[in-house]
Amino acid sequence: MSYQVRLEVFEGPLDLLLHLIKKDELNIYDIPISTITQQYFEYIDLMKELNLDIAGEYILMAATLTHIKSKMLLPQEEKVGEEEETEDPRAELVRRLLEYRKFKEAAEDLCEREDIWRDVFYPKNEVSSEFEEEEVMLDVGIFDLIDAFKEIIQRMPDKTSIDIIPEELTVRGRMSALIERLDVTGPEGLTLWALLEGDTTRRAIVVTFLALLELAKLHLIRLLQIEGDDTLRICRISSNDEAGEAEGGDADDKETD
Amino acid sequence: MEDAEIKAVIETLLFISGESLSVNRIKNVLEDVDLSKIKSLFWELQHEYEMRSSGLRIVEIAGGFQIATRPEFAGWIKKLKKVKQSSKLSRPSLETLAIIAYKQPIVKAEIEDIRGVDSTGVIKGLLDKHLLKIIGRKDVPGRPILYATTREFLQYFGLREISDLPTLKEFTELMEEDESITTSEAQSITAIES
Repeated sequence: MSYQVRLEVFEGPLDLLLHLIKKDELNIYDIPISTITQQYFEYIDLMKELNLDIAGEYILMAATLTHIKSKMLLPQEEKVGEEEETEDPRAELVRRLLEYRKFKEAAEDLCEREDIWRDVFYPKNEVSSEFEEEEVMLDVGIFDLIDAFKEIIQRMPDKTSIDIIPEELTVRGRMSALIERLDVTGPEGLTLWALLEGDTTRRAIVVTFLALLELAKLHLIRLLQIEGDDTLRICRISSNDEAGEAEGGDADDKETD
Repeated sequence: MEDAEIKAVIETLLFISGESLSVNRIKNVLEDVDLSKIKSLFWELQHEYEMRSSGLRIVEIAGGFQIATRPEFAGWIKKLKKVKQSSKLSRPSLETLAIIAYKQPIVKAEIEDIRGVDSTGVIKGLLDKHLLKIIGRKDVPGRPILYATTREFLQYFGLREISDLPTLKEFTELMEEDESITTSEAQSITAIES
């Protein structure tokens, strides 16, 4: 697991630059590049002092600033008769800052909307929760399954198994076994923990996990989570709903087995 | 059917629907009533709620209409029952959403180009919250994933449709105004000084 540490409120080099410009009331169209470069480096030094891992983006911006600064120091060759103006070395940076600032403003606007609308509530959909109990459950995504899987792997007692049993573990086989188990349990399904009870090795868990993913993909099972509870439940998608599809899937399994 | 009756049916459907109801979905229920009629009755109903200072109102949101509480009464609701509210979105999330909202469909590289930082984690978080969705792949080398905002996004921010957002040009103008004020102030200061 990685933690992101933020220094003050800067989300990136552009945000830091905008902050410096605003703080000193600098004109964004005419940035005093050497002042801002110096201040920028002061922040980078501070980040180093705080033992923060400085993201690559900050280093890249430092290089960009130094590059612009050196370009600005070069005497401009004025060629007589040539009207073509050489572009200000800062132009590209200014363009990016302006673009970024526009979206920062837009984000601010969204933030204000969020403040208002998270305090608005709607009548609950009572009809469907009474008649289709399933609807109380939230359909969860693959990410939730992966999270749960990570947890299981972590909970697993980490003793190294010495016995080497040449077990025939196949995803296909496990898929059929899971479907059989779920068909017996009925519509309320089984919790992920219950399904994995028999699996003691990392390998077995991985195979079950892959089988679950495959079944979810084939729409033979449904992953559900009761709101407010992080237990995952696995249910069979009732065969009368999608009879054709489910039957077809089963048939395929048997053929390939 | 009398208008009053149709209106009552619409109100009933709004109350029970649990999500925003489009005029077309009402039309599917009230087959014999034409669309413009339904729409005008929606407006009437909305107006009636406003007129009698009801605690409820009818909002136009996520492509339809929905009965909603008023934000100013949120305190009372929370006093009655514990409301589970998700935490507010982080600044990077809001920034990323803003970029996607205005530039969709958009690939990750374009988002990162504007923000100047890696946005992988933020995007994943927003996908998990269903505020973003993947709508396909861009037809360029590498076939990068294209992202767009969802119906939940509109619902979350109280928007009828994406074009309800202020235009980016408005932001630019607003900022430009700010800038011209500060420059003119600066000029007047130098004028006084000289």
